[in-house]
Amino acid sequence: MSFLVAENISLQFGGLKAVDQVNFAVERGEIFTIIGPNGAGKTSIFNLISRFYNPTSGRLFFDGEEFTSAPPHRIAKMGIARTFQNIELFDNTTVLSNLLVGRHCHATTNLVQELLFLPAVRRAEFEHRFRVEQVIELLDLEPYRDKLISGLPYGVRKVIELARALCSEPKLMLLDEPSSGLNVEETDDMSFWIRDIRDELGITVLMVEHDMNLVSRVSDRVLALNYGRELATGTPSEVQSHPEVVAAYLGT
Amino acid sequence: MLDFIQQLVSGVALGCIYGLIALGFVLIYKTTEVVNFAQGELLMLGGFFAFTFIALLGLNYWIGFALAVVCMAAFGAASERFVLRPVLGSPQFSIVMATVGLGFFLRSVAGMIWGTDDLKIDTPFSTGVLRIGDLVLAHDKLSVIVATAILCIALYLFFTKTQLGTAMRATSENMLAAYYMGIPVKTVVSLTWAISAAVAACAGVLLAPITFIHSNVGLVLALKAFPAAVLGGFGSIPGAVVGGIIIGVIENMAGFYLAQGWKDVAPHIVLLTMLLLKPEGLFGHIGRKKV
Amino acid sequence: MRFIFKTDYDQDIRIFKHSGYWYSYSILLLVLAMAPFVLGNYLQSQLVFVFIYATVGISLLILVGFTGQASLGHAAFLAIGAYTSAYCQQHGVPFVVYFPLAGILTGMVGVLVGFPALRLQGIYLVIATISFGAIVEEILARWESVTHGNEGMKLRTLELFGQAVPRDSPGFYFLCLAVLILVILATLNLLRSPTGRAFVAIRDSETAAKSMGIDVAAYKVRSFGISATITGLAGCLYAHKLSFISPEMFTLLLSIEFIIVIIIGGIFSLHGAVLGAIFIVMIDPFLTTLKDDLPGMIGNLVHVFGADVPTASKVQDQAASIASAPGLKGAIYGLIIVGFILFEPTGLYGRWLKIKLYFQTFPMYKAATFKRQKTYVKSERNR
Repeated sequence: MSFLVAENISLQFGGLKAVDQVNFAVERGEIFTIIGPNGAGKTSIFNLISRFYNPTSGRLFFDGEEFTSAPPHRIAKMGIARTFQNIELFDNTTVLSNLLVGRHCHATTNLVQELLFLPAVRRAEFEHRFRVEQVIELLDLEPYRDKLISGLPYGVRKVIELARALCSEPKLMLLDEPSSGLNVEETDDMSFWIRDIRDELGITVLMVEHDMNLVSRVSDRVLALNYGRELATGTPSEVQSHPEVVAAYLGT
Repeated sequence: MLDFIQQLVSGVALGCIYGLIALGFVLIYKTTEVVNFAQGELLMLGGFFAFTFIALLGLNYWIGFALAVVCMAAFGAASERFVLRPVLGSPQFSIVMATVGLGFFLRSVAGMIWGTDDLKIDTPFSTGVLRIGDLVLAHDKLSVIVATAILCIALYLFFTKTQLGTAMRATSENMLAAYYMGIPVKTVVSLTWAISAAVAACAGVLLAPITFIHSNVGLVLALKAFPAAVLGGFGSIPGAVVGGIIIGVIENMAGFYLAQGWKDVAPHIVLLTMLLLKPEGLFGHIGRKKV
Repeated sequence: MRFIFKTDYDQDIRIFKHSGYWYSYSILLLVLAMAPFVLGNYLQSQLVFVFIYATVGISLLILVGFTGQASLGHAAFLAIGAYTSAYCQQHGVPFVVYFPLAGILTGMVGVLVGFPALRLQGIYLVIATISFGAIVEEILARWESVTHGNEGMKLRTLELFGQAVPRDSPGFYFLCLAVLILVILATLNLLRSPTGRAFVAIRDSETAAKSMGIDVAAYKVRSFGISATITGLAGCLYAHKLSFISPEMFTLLLSIEFIIVIIIGGIFSLHGAVLGAIFIVMIDPFLTTLKDDLPGMIGNLVHVFGADVPTASKVQDQAASIASAPGLKGAIYGLIIVGFILFEPTGLYGRWLKIKLYFQTFPMYKAATFKRQKTYVKSERNR
């Protein structure tokens, strides 16, 4: 079985079918992209995988295990981390503590230990900080380590979100429009990082993206959606030349 | 049975007062997402103004009533301008606490000006009763019910039929968009406060013959009006009035049929149950954050 | 500005970041240790109230400041702690048992309140906690077999290991100080470990917290529980300090007073709870002095500016009558709350940080450094 499998998933809000009988399978070590016009249901699929929404029907599998009805906070422990389209960082804290929250799914200490700050907590903290520093190093975030999020520019916040997701040492990374709001250079950096994440850290990447340039540069396979339905799946060039995809983007 | 109807009517009358206070909460909440914890104090001030005009200055009841309402409208707009507007945009809890502070201040100052005794206003409704068969209904209670109905219809017409009302609804839907469409948002917000202060003043004057006016009357009533507003779904104008009436009736019935002590607790129990079962209230709607 | 070389992770984790902290806090501790032997009875007793209020303030900071869950029901938690102590003491339970019991029982009630609170946010939570407070108040007044209803309950002198600790003795002072210090240390420990970070994460973005593996519901309940436990402990001390408790002492107004503590102090740091507690407790003696001296001063001032003696004494009488008006304290409270929210939203501690920064960066300080960002009304209707 593939790494991440979506089996006939549907999501319905009242009469609106946001996701309609979508099937896809992401292989281990792959960069898989979901494209589609606005309102095609791309982010809804992410929210289904993060378990923010309950699918109306269909099943989800990760690493051979079904998680269709797991609670949202279990997802990070299973090894799935995500970023958000409109940046959901913890605005009133420092970059460092944002990244440390990313380590939460590896927390081993209990409340009593923490209230007394026993040596076990200190050891665990050292471990967390060691991992966080590695991620800071990888994404060149040293200058911002102790800065408050609320004072940082948009492009940096986007990277910090990526870093926070990486801190949880995921097996699968969901990137929701990693390049939205970034300038050309920042987008370039982002595309290198996405490749690095896969090549060096061995993390499978599932992303939603509008920038076709970035999509064709980094992704192995692409799924095109429109009105919640699957249009085509294949390599970037195959999908881009698929008549239905062209029709969906250019109008008929 | 007769007792029941009697209790029902006074429950509805009391509920109308709660409803009018809740209406004030809702009006302000809809436009600015601020819950005005000083709403009860606005009611109290309205009552005191009316007392000053009618009992102290000896004006005609209706003139005094109108003057009190106008004064309170101005006062409401002023408190928006000088207390609320500067803090808009800070965390909701801070704004709520600012209105709590305003309430504290008004309560104390009113106590210092008008003293701490219970005050009474003579109104045309103070004494009369309406007899239907064996049923005896006091005019003061009926006046509250009728006046609430009139106020609700007036507000409904204002919000649906006038351009200003539409502008206010637009502002409450999306303040930024309303601003871009050329609606004078600041004026609209001031006006909202003026209207809800005026509604509170009406409630205060109507209440005067039923319970006396004293500086703590606002706090006591506002504490019961919260359940009313939540019951109706914060943000729904008819909901506020319906919620108020339900709370008023429940409170009165609990006071009449149950042991002592239930009267004051009943509205809160209803509120907590409602929040657990249906937090959006009877008429409310809670949107979902998009991520 | 002090520059710290970072050489190991321990430096970031430590509570005392550098030696300066050690010096200043040892001096503070020394001063506090000497205080009961130097100060008069009245000021010592005010300091005990500062400690108790600061303890409650810290419990509120955990819930309101760090987890972002509003509460106007903390007077009820305090009451539960106080009544537990009073009841246990009457039934011969020793202090070492009922003091923790007051905390645990209140904590359990806090958890029970926390569960319904999961579904509520912002204003709904404020209103629900007000209702909770009202219900507790009514229960205290009606459950006469346990609480003696409106008659209230008397507490005997506190006994610790067979030793009587009267409520105005230095011993009681040190007990309250010790509780406050332990609570502060435990809270600091919490804040530098995963649970504390989870609280802050929930405050800033529940969505992101969920996706990072934080069980939002469990942590909110935990926050309620911890906050209630600390308040319950404070309630035990409060009951002993007052030696008499009755339901009308634990009203909404007390809850509001506690919130004022953290708003005045500063809602983002533990220093705030302590500074706010000092402010709120010390405002009483300050007002009393003002009431006695100010009218005379105004009278003299008017006289100096050329008014004749009768006018001056008339003005003085007028001022005296205003100063002794019964509701003055409430009005001043109201002004303080509104004033702080309008002009000093970061509280006393925020002002202290600004002053410190001014001197640290002396010639370079820009007036705009701390300019508040004006934002449009952010909708909290969608969640």
